[in-house]
Amino acid sequence: MDTFLTDLARLLSLQDANTRTVLLGTGTLGLAAGVVGCFATLRRRALLGDAIAHAALPGICLAFLVVGSRSFPAFMLGALILGAFSAGVIAMVRAYTRVKEDAAIGIVIGSFFGLGVVLSSMIQKRPGGAVAGLDGFIFGKAASMTSADAIATSLVAGACLLVVAALYKEFKALCFDREFAASQGWPAVALDLIIMALVCACTVAGLPAVGVVMVVALLIIPGAAARCWTDRLGVMLLLAGLFGLGAAVIGAALSATLPAPPGSLSRGWPTGPLIVLSAAAAFLFSAVFAPRRGLIARLLAHRTEIVAP
Amino acid sequence: MRPSANSATLDLRAPAATANGSATGIAIEVHDVTVAYHRKPVLWDIDVSIPAERLVAIVGPNGAGKSTLLKAILGLVPMASGSVAIFGRTLREARKFIGYVPQRESVDWDFPIDALGVVLMGAYGRLGWFRRPGRAERARAMECLVRVGMTDFASRQIGQLSGGQQQRIFLARALMQDARLYLMDEPFAGVDAATEHAIVGVLRELRAAGRTVVAVHHDLQSVQDFFDHVVLLNTRLIAAGPTREVFTTANLQRTYGGRLTVLDEAAEAVKHATP
Repeated sequence: MDTFLTDLARLLSLQDANTRTVLLGTGTLGLAAGVVGCFATLRRRALLGDAIAHAALPGICLAFLVVGSRSFPAFMLGALILGAFSAGVIAMVRAYTRVKEDAAIGIVIGSFFGLGVVLSSMIQKRPGGAVAGLDGFIFGKAASMTSADAIATSLVAGACLLVVAALYKEFKALCFDREFAASQGWPAVALDLIIMALVCACTVAGLPAVGVVMVVALLIIPGAAARCWTDRLGVMLLLAGLFGLGAAVIGAALSATLPAPPGSLSRGWPTGPLIVLSAAAAFLFSAVFAPRRGLIARLLAHRTEIVAP
Repeated sequence: MRPSANSATLDLRAPAATANGSATGIAIEVHDVTVAYHRKPVLWDIDVSIPAERLVAIVGPNGAGKSTLLKAILGLVPMASGSVAIFGRTLREARKFIGYVPQRESVDWDFPIDALGVVLMGAYGRLGWFRRPGRAERARAMECLVRVGMTDFASRQIGQLSGGQQQRIFLARALMQDARLYLMDEPFAGVDAATEHAIVGVLRELRAAGRTVVAVHHDLQSVQDFFDHVVLLNTRLIAAGPTREVFTTANLQRTYGGRLTVLDEAAEAVKHATP
């Protein structure tokens, strides 16, 4: 317990450079993903984020094969290209087959992820392949984040937030009533593409920390939790950003300070999953205890609404 | 296609100046319009002129292409052929002067927004890129809520309103657009008596102010009470003209084909209003 407290103190004082890096990278990512995720869910595009994330894995592998070393910018570029390609494939499957969107997304998630795993195991077995750290992208490996990675992540996150701040009104109109927005002359397709690009950017930026399997949770969960507390979009975005940031900080803090699991020699607490679990805890709490929209509030309201005739 | 904040150059909102001395001009000129979904025609070679400063009903059976005609006018569905002119201009030029009330099902009613927020969206087109609605827009939005009798519900989340109330909020949003031409997709569908009354009142105000309203309308009984002009549609144009001349049993029979129950209703409707 003593070591836990000293660890916590050291963490909170931000003395440790590695802790600072992880907190900066995951915190800004959590903030941006929470905000961008609100629009993705309101526009019913959240699962597309999952497809983009899974398609990023083969993108990263291909980038490694091209560049030949572990390069964050190259990985991000590869992830972005394949992520965007997967979104295009989903649109094509929908347009040219009788497959519905959810099934199309399922097809893309599975096949691109399969391709990614095959490529990464192929690379790992090659001499020098292990340095790529490709398996770290599947479940995330925040601890291996370099300060350059963290700065790149926070720049991407900052850019996403700026775009949302600028296009808040336009996104709101599009997500609420696409047809009306189009009737006013707003370019609905272009705005949709911008939202997709933001989802793509947050997803890819989140891969090193949270991994392809869980990164979509950072987009969806904070917004879902925030929606329980408010009926106003502006407040929802703010809360979602704070939940994302909070989950990232708490998850990173837990992984840095939790005592080692019994019987194990090293601390093996993975940061990414702890971040996602922190967000899930925030959602669970919100869904149960939020006033008016929470489970308890609705049960109580239901009970009092029934009046004797 | 782009909304722009500057609308001072052309004041299309003023009632049509009529060079030829007739009372009103033409609001919409639909020329040879064909629209198909998956190669199946929904609208076939529609040629119709819709007069300005009138309340115009688009009437026809389910699947007749009524909503599609509105969407084609608004450029929301691709046309296989044909063209549309609005007050003699292209859609692009006229866009700012068109208000639209879509079908209620078209939006996500669980969206985190209140009634006033929805009405404010009517100002977005004029505000243009990046500019946010301010105090002036809020004041005007409140006036629009007054006109539809919904001031008490301004800060209510829209999903908590009844169907009729939601429809009135849509109407207030269209009023916020301060348009010269309003296109409404079934504004009376499933509304309560109070809402119907409120909508009819607003439509008459709009006509008195020189605006044109084109509404898809389902209820044959009330066509003659509410509308000056009728467009009868069933994939093809059946007839169009002043309600008195066009809304006849024979024309309705041609519009609805062999659907007997509807025909009885139609016959009833016509008998009811034309002695």
